[in-house]
Amino acid sequence: MITKSNLYRKEKIYGYLFILPPILGLLIFTLFPFVYSLYGSFTDWDGLGQMNFIGLDNFKDLFSDELFYKSMYNTLFLMLGIPIGLVLALLLALGLNRKIPGTTTFRVIYYIPVISSLAAVSIMWNWAYNGDYGLVNQFLELFGIKGPNWLMDKDTVKPALILMTVWKGLGYTMLLYLAALQSVSRSYYEAAELDGASGFQMFRNITWPMVKPVTFFLVVTNIIGGSQIFTEMNIMTPTGGPEYSSASIVFYIWDKAFKNLQMGYASAMAMILGIFIFIVTLIQFKMNEKSSFDGD
Amino acid sequence: MSHSQKTKVTNIIIFIVLAIGAIAMIAPLLWMLSTSVKEKQDVFALPPVWIPEVFQFGKYKEIWEAGPLLSGIKNSVIVAVSVTVVGTFTSSVAAFAFAKLRFPHKNKLFLALIASMMIPYPTVMIPQFMMFSKLGWVDTLLPLIVPGLFGNVVMIFFLRQYLLSVPDAIIEAAKIDGSSYFRLYSSITFPLIKPAVAAQLILWFMGIWNDYLAPIIYLNSPETQTLQLVIANFNATYAIQTDYPLIMAASIIALLPVLIIFLIFQKQIIESVAISGVKG
Repeated sequence: MITKSNLYRKEKIYGYLFILPPILGLLIFTLFPFVYSLYGSFTDWDGLGQMNFIGLDNFKDLFSDELFYKSMYNTLFLMLGIPIGLVLALLLALGLNRKIPGTTTFRVIYYIPVISSLAAVSIMWNWAYNGDYGLVNQFLELFGIKGPNWLMDKDTVKPALILMTVWKGLGYTMLLYLAALQSVSRSYYEAAELDGASGFQMFRNITWPMVKPVTFFLVVTNIIGGSQIFTEMNIMTPTGGPEYSSASIVFYIWDKAFKNLQMGYASAMAMILGIFIFIVTLIQFKMNEKSSFDGD
Repeated sequence: MSHSQKTKVTNIIIFIVLAIGAIAMIAPLLWMLSTSVKEKQDVFALPPVWIPEVFQFGKYKEIWEAGPLLSGIKNSVIVAVSVTVVGTFTSSVAAFAFAKLRFPHKNKLFLALIASMMIPYPTVMIPQFMMFSKLGWVDTLLPLIVPGLFGNVVMIFFLRQYLLSVPDAIIEAAKIDGSSYFRLYSSITFPLIKPAVAAQLILWFMGIWNDYLAPIIYLNSPETQTLQLVIANFNATYAIQTDYPLIMAASIIALLPVLIIFLIFQKQIIESVAISGVKG
């Protein structure tokens, strides 16, 4: 006969067995490398010879490294695309939330850039930004504007990358907003309408508060994603752009670690990136806690 | 103007705006497609030629000779299929254990997994690279495959949420009938969560198929490279010769598989993204 305690012991063993792979994966591929990277950031690690402990030297060097500041600044600058994308996506979602024909087709079309390979669309945009024959300048020519050579000019390379990232991510943001809008009960709007509220008042007092959690989620995940931007510049401006003006922080880490073999130095930068993302995520968790208490 | 008339007019305006937006979204991709079937002189024509007089499909033949495109596809398929199939299995089994089995420290372990999502790949990529280089795995597909076999935290999280809504009674009843724990998972739980698993699997597949950072770190020789690297190299090589039709044709080939999967499963994919995002 199977006793209750026997049954429980078996359940315990199987429980651990079933979660073993992801826990092992966490230890081997995340925790161990993370600790190693932390240690490496205090050494002169070059990936080949010995690792000598050099204290905070890497971090001190970073703060006088012009390219580090530049790639940090570039990464933050490119995040200007986040608010632009959010506003456009919310407007589109508001439009798609109405009873108009073709909404499914629109959803699919707007989402296609999201699922497209970033490498392939980077190549495509690289060509679209060509100063002489690119699609962007040909379009501007219709209005009599002579466009610049976008990726070759330090003043236009970042706006060009922003436009591209907005285009790539718009469908995703729009979709999340649409899902949030569809979960808002129609009765709120009906009640507001009876009270004679204007469209703008309804947006401000009903729609905006209801989509606020999604906005927050998108802001946080976009900052986390944006701080790791890499593929676009690696393909479109393989040397970091004019005067290194399009290199992101991950681009600089990659360049230092795998091209110059300054693993320790690159690890120090990776740590700073990690701390930045940790703080952003922590804020999200805190806000989530708060909102789940507020919500009900 | 009556109220309903006003709504109608507004809807027509919104439809037009959405349509213009949709054209702007799809235009660069259509241009890519059109460039791939153009003759060289049409590529640089001003004003642009959208529909070439003669469609030149020659580049779609040439790309297979011009670079290791076929092996790129093969490598991408090997990585994406092995990771998603094995990884989905390990993830769904773990999600089942986290949602339905009782064992000490379960929630703490789950929390540790979730917390690990805070550590971004660029922070661990350098030691991971050194680790795999010590094993002699650099320039093989193993560094791209092996970590994924251990499961995917996002998928575990999502499937666990999904499983929490499955009543415990079903599981308890089967347990009392003496069903083994693996059978509980395979014949009771798994069929219930199949749609969620499928949607997550497709999203993961797309993510791996389109990955660029990890492959560029590990893969050097042309014959081990994944499709994304192969087309990036096409770009680097043929841009100098301004052979844009060739580059675009190769890029279209890189887009196509995921695009087809998306168009087939777009309903499930869109729903899955919407649910995970809104709840996230």
